[in-house]
Amino acid sequence: MTVAERIKMDAMTQIPVTDATAGAAASRTVIDPPVRARVADLSFYYGEKQALYSVNFPVHDRKVTAMIGPSGCGKSTLLRAFNRMHDLYPGNRYEGEVILYPENINIVSPQVDPMLVRLKIGMVFQKPNPFPKPIYDNVAAGLWVRGIRRKGVVDERVEQALTQAALWDEVKDRLRTSAYGLSGGQQQRLCIARALAPDPEMLLLDEPTSALDPIATARIEQLVTELAPKVTIVIVTHNMQQAARISNYTAFMHLGQMAEFDRTEVIFTSPKERRTQDYITGRFG
Amino acid sequence: MSTDVADAGRIDEQALVAKANRQDLRFAIVGFVVLLTAMITLLALVFDFMVDGVPRISTDFLLNYPSRRPDQAGILSAWVGTCLVMLTTAALAVPIGVAAGIYLEEYAPKNWLTDIIEINVTNLAGVPSIIYGLLALGLFVQTLRLGQTILVAGMTLALLILPIIIVATREALRSIPLEIREAAYGLGADKWQVVSSYLLPSARPGILTGTIVGMSRAIGETAPIITIGALTFIAFLPPPPIQPEFPFVNVDWLNSPFTVMPIQMFNWISRPQAGFHVAAAATGVILLLMTLLMNGLAIYIRYRIRGGRK
Repeated sequence: MTVAERIKMDAMTQIPVTDATAGAAASRTVIDPPVRARVADLSFYYGEKQALYSVNFPVHDRKVTAMIGPSGCGKSTLLRAFNRMHDLYPGNRYEGEVILYPENINIVSPQVDPMLVRLKIGMVFQKPNPFPKPIYDNVAAGLWVRGIRRKGVVDERVEQALTQAALWDEVKDRLRTSAYGLSGGQQQRLCIARALAPDPEMLLLDEPTSALDPIATARIEQLVTELAPKVTIVIVTHNMQQAARISNYTAFMHLGQMAEFDRTEVIFTSPKERRTQDYITGRFG
Repeated sequence: MSTDVADAGRIDEQALVAKANRQDLRFAIVGFVVLLTAMITLLALVFDFMVDGVPRISTDFLLNYPSRRPDQAGILSAWVGTCLVMLTTAALAVPIGVAAGIYLEEYAPKNWLTDIIEINVTNLAGVPSIIYGLLALGLFVQTLRLGQTILVAGMTLALLILPIIIVATREALRSIPLEIREAAYGLGADKWQVVSSYLLPSARPGILTGTIVGMSRAIGETAPIITIGALTFIAFLPPPPIQPEFPFVNVDWLNSPFTVMPIQMFNWISRPQAGFHVAAAATGVILLLMTLLMNGLAIYIRYRIRGGRK
């Protein structure tokens, strides 16, 4: 994609467009919110092995974008590119761009320090991974690494983040006890609170409910819906119903390619691609 | 067709289970006998010199200097020397070893040079201690002219146990789950924050174990200390490390001649009088107690660290 094309695409997403391609609702007018990040021709290599092939899609501001697709399709790889997790391991290589707005920086560029990207974009992992430290220290960790140490400020942000993550009432009396004493679902909400405390521009969730039971899963889903108006969320999920329930946009990944990207209701009601249809109807995956 | 084929494919499950159980029992018996042999030999050894040595231990034995008369000889200068040498060894080896381990594991680029360093560090842990003694004699004593002092002994033993501490630090860092690392980096922490706030606390028990293993080795080392020329008959104490006047600490003891417990033992064993042999056994008992005490302390600290986070 050339720069000119990209500017055109960005402009298009900010004005009302007639969603003619959706087929079913040819005359319906849809207003997409501004683009917060744009993935442009992104390819990714684990050493010699290519895992992403020229992926393109926008991430809309303060909306939930879900990435679905069969195992090994590259959805987690793509998500982890958003905060440069791949840089922790040698031999990995990005090609193409992920432009973050309004800063207008390419966050996968080798010239951009991964730490800078991670300071802007928070991440929640597949398996709950709290630190072996007290609950309070876990939530405060992101503030401390940013040099925010004033007790009053940290206290307030910790309470706020735990409240946002719907965990405050359950842990407010035991903030000084170890995070390892929490249940799996609570630990995952703690990890969300930890990511939220520094007030990130974007929140990445990598199959956050795959290790949780249905009740804990429902709580996390509700939480994502509540957070959506405040923070841009990109979520990877195995579970198509989950994507349908909580996301505004869905990206269907297949064999390292972006097979289809659209508003969630379009993907689930009238996908353009045959393989999208096959996947969401359970014919493979 | 083929009841024959079906029969041929049938497995006698009873017989398989019975065979497996017999095998397990056989190995358990062999293992137990081997373990017993090793333990009994060791216990007999310890018991033997306990019988010889324990009656000889008294306040006088701990507070007397060595003497020509076996029944008056004591180990004051030896145990004070051992404590000071150990202190110097730990003060040098722990910070250097841990820092080197952290560098190699977290900071160093992964290339052929670091591969060579890694292989060498691991091999150094197996180099005979007398080689370190020769190195120290040539470098510290003769070239740098530091003398036959506590400082040189501490430096020598620190060199000896550095590889152990480096390897232990690396193993401890490597065994930390990737998730913790990813969580910390994912928050935007820089490398030093990740290492100091999240990796080191989790690695501490492993590092501590390595340090104690190293120190337990150092406390019993005789060969390198003899090589650098420690004296065997010391009838004075080094200047005390603490003094009542400002600045309250004193490092003159680093430059003092010294002896250590294994050397005292070695010296007494080589005497003809039976009284000295008893004294040597008693010294051995004390040395063993010191080692046990050090290990006990490590277990206690490790327990405290673990307890703090469960």
